[in-house]
Amino acid sequence: MIELGHFAAFLALGFSFAQAVFGLKGERRLAGLAAVAGFGVMALSFLILIFAFMRSDFSVALVANNSHTLKPMIYKIAGAWGNHEGSMALWCLVTIGFGAIAAATMRTGRETFEARALGVQGMLAVGSLAYLLFASSPFLRLDPAPFQGAGLNPLLQDPALALHPPMLYLGYVGYSFVFALAAAGLMEGGIDRVWAKEARIWSLAAFAPLTLGIALGSYWAYYELGWGGWWFWDPVENASLMPWLIGAALLHSVIVTEKRESFAAWTALLAVLSFLFSILGAFLVRSGVLTSVHAFAVDPERGTLLLLGLLAYGGFALGLFAMRAPSLTGGKPWQLFSREGALMANNVVLIVATLTVLLGTLFPLIAEAFGRTISVGEPYFNLTFVPILVLILILLPVVQAWAWGKADLKTWTRWAMGGAALTAVFLLLGVGVMSIPLGAAFGVAVGVWLVFGGVWEMKRRAITLSRVFRMPARVWAMTLSHVGLGLFVVGAVIETSGRYEATLALAEGGTGTVAGWEITLKEVRAIEGPNWYADKAVLTAHKGGSSAELLPMKRFYPAAMMPTTETAIHKTGTGDLYVALGEQREVDGQARWVFRVYYNPMVDLLYFGVVLIGLGGLLAMWPEKRAIKPAASEA
Amino acid sequence: MRARTRRLYTFGIAAILILAAAALAFFALRENANLFYTPEILAEKGLPQEGREVKVGGWVEPGSLSYADGGATMRFTVIDNSPNTITVSFTGVAPDLFREGQGVVATGRFTPEGEFTARQLLAKHDENYQPRELKPLEAGG
Repeated sequence: MIELGHFAAFLALGFSFAQAVFGLKGERRLAGLAAVAGFGVMALSFLILIFAFMRSDFSVALVANNSHTLKPMIYKIAGAWGNHEGSMALWCLVTIGFGAIAAATMRTGRETFEARALGVQGMLAVGSLAYLLFASSPFLRLDPAPFQGAGLNPLLQDPALALHPPMLYLGYVGYSFVFALAAAGLMEGGIDRVWAKEARIWSLAAFAPLTLGIALGSYWAYYELGWGGWWFWDPVENASLMPWLIGAALLHSVIVTEKRESFAAWTALLAVLSFLFSILGAFLVRSGVLTSVHAFAVDPERGTLLLLGLLAYGGFALGLFAMRAPSLTGGKPWQLFSREGALMANNVVLIVATLTVLLGTLFPLIAEAFGRTISVGEPYFNLTFVPILVLILILLPVVQAWAWGKADLKTWTRWAMGGAALTAVFLLLGVGVMSIPLGAAFGVAVGVWLVFGGVWEMKRRAITLSRVFRMPARVWAMTLSHVGLGLFVVGAVIETSGRYEATLALAEGGTGTVAGWEITLKEVRAIEGPNWYADKAVLTAHKGGSSAELLPMKRFYPAAMMPTTETAIHKTGTGDLYVALGEQREVDGQARWVFRVYYNPMVDLLYFGVVLIGLGGLLAMWPEKRAIKPAASEA
Repeated sequence: MRARTRRLYTFGIAAILILAAAALAFFALRENANLFYTPEILAEKGLPQEGREVKVGGWVEPGSLSYADGGATMRFTVIDNSPNTITVSFTGVAPDLFREGQGVVATGRFTPEGEFTARQLLAKHDENYQPRELKPLEAGG
């Protein structure tokens, strides 16, 4: 059975190769057919792989190493991509899939350009398929087949993490087609309005799932690792943040190219970089060059191959860029104080922010080359990334009202005064009345400023309330994303500055107090699940009139010989009371259980904000109706 | 505004921002990059600058684990292949894979007395993962 999957993957390699050849020769129809056929066989191949996991076919080495008969069905399926080889198969499927969908939907009216884009996408598919088949094949047999599998890493047996990789890959790999469009546009010398329309849709198609994928991963880390935080500046997290930042810059810059035909070279460069940073992410995660709490499939040889791929793709695209960029000039004239100028500022800030993340992520490697072992943590990023980003957040509500070409700066002072007044109110209320730290009050002010600015911009464009619902989807999308960004900032600042944590060591019947909550341990029970057994604590929490029962667990998965922490979270409406169960300790001849208790205020607001950003990205893909009056299509 | 002037402004602003970011990064890395200490390195280099956050890595000495603060704080000794040791205290839940005799990496600060107060504790991630900073403990070490 699995041999059929193996064979189908080889067929897919053949079709992708045909797609590359036909595409680069300019045969749009043939390249498109090859893409669709390739997608068909690759989907079959991946389904066969999933099927092997569902049947627990341990004669397949990958299944034997990563699955177990007692595992719930959903994790058997998710197990197919919860490992290096399977996730590479998913990577290939998504690469080919994007090409096939593009082949079926692209309507730019430029045959050769579309053919070349499909051709480049075919090349990328050939690269990843070759890597899959020759360096990390999921289709290998094991002889003799073991009776039982080794089980999936228990940390990954979680609903959020079952969905996290596919989402993330839709994002990472989605940028492969943006890359292909950029390469084809550079070959054809046509980075213009038509190109930008196409590139914008595809960069949104990558950005939205990437945003949601990062949010899922972060939420998983929040409740599964038991550390109470939602972002740890871990190299693996940074690896996903960097393409996201480049992608966000691209989304803004491509609008300028679409509406004004300016920034052509710059947009093409960002389109190329978005995918290169995605591969860099894959390299950092899989090569094991960096110490990470969740680096997986650590293998230097695979790392070398990925690095070679990165250099090859980078060399190809950047070489093309260097050759063609000088001819990409033009566009409508613009002044520094204009929407173009504002979006340029957005881009410069996002790129510089990306560079600080890159430096922080790679610095331990650089230092190691000089014989020093160091690591870079949260304080570094708080000092570099955060202030740089705050700069653009403060500017956003003001500059988004600027017109193309030349802004009318009369409103500038009104905005500046509004912002200053808002900040003053928050600082007075926050620092003066509620004695919140200065930085936190300022941060909340920035977030509220963004929400307010997002809503205000909608009002400004709609003019009257009745017209709000007739605004184009893109305007709604922008509003949603910017408001989401503001809510994220408010949530993140309140959570980070207001987080409260304590450790309790309780005997059965014992009581402790954390953040005003009186927490009593009733008992600790031993329970059993399908493929684990656990200690489950029964805690009651009281504060004022409200009470809650909390049931944190410590599970042990015998197949993997590994314990996991299952936190208990009580939503109070304004935050999470969060308890993780630790080990049993012998203190003064008495058995006590240790608990890590957190109060995380407004943590849901933060995730809600990120989801809004992602939804905004999806909404922005909504096909545009033909504007009735050309002047109305200002968005 | 002519394209040349505008480009000049754009590059000027970008350059200022990049320089500011570079300065911030330089400062942040100098102040915040965590140096890594093992008992051997500590004996060689002495205590880091007071109040500076660093990492300590090594193996948890078997039999050294004890509890304080009614059980909330754990104290143990970290050893490596040298005759030196570091005493670490940590208030919180031990990581899932924390065991005596196993590798551990702690982030935190040294007290002036040379004891290490950890803010975060990481243990061996899974059976195949060893903290990269740690060299294997030699037999009888």
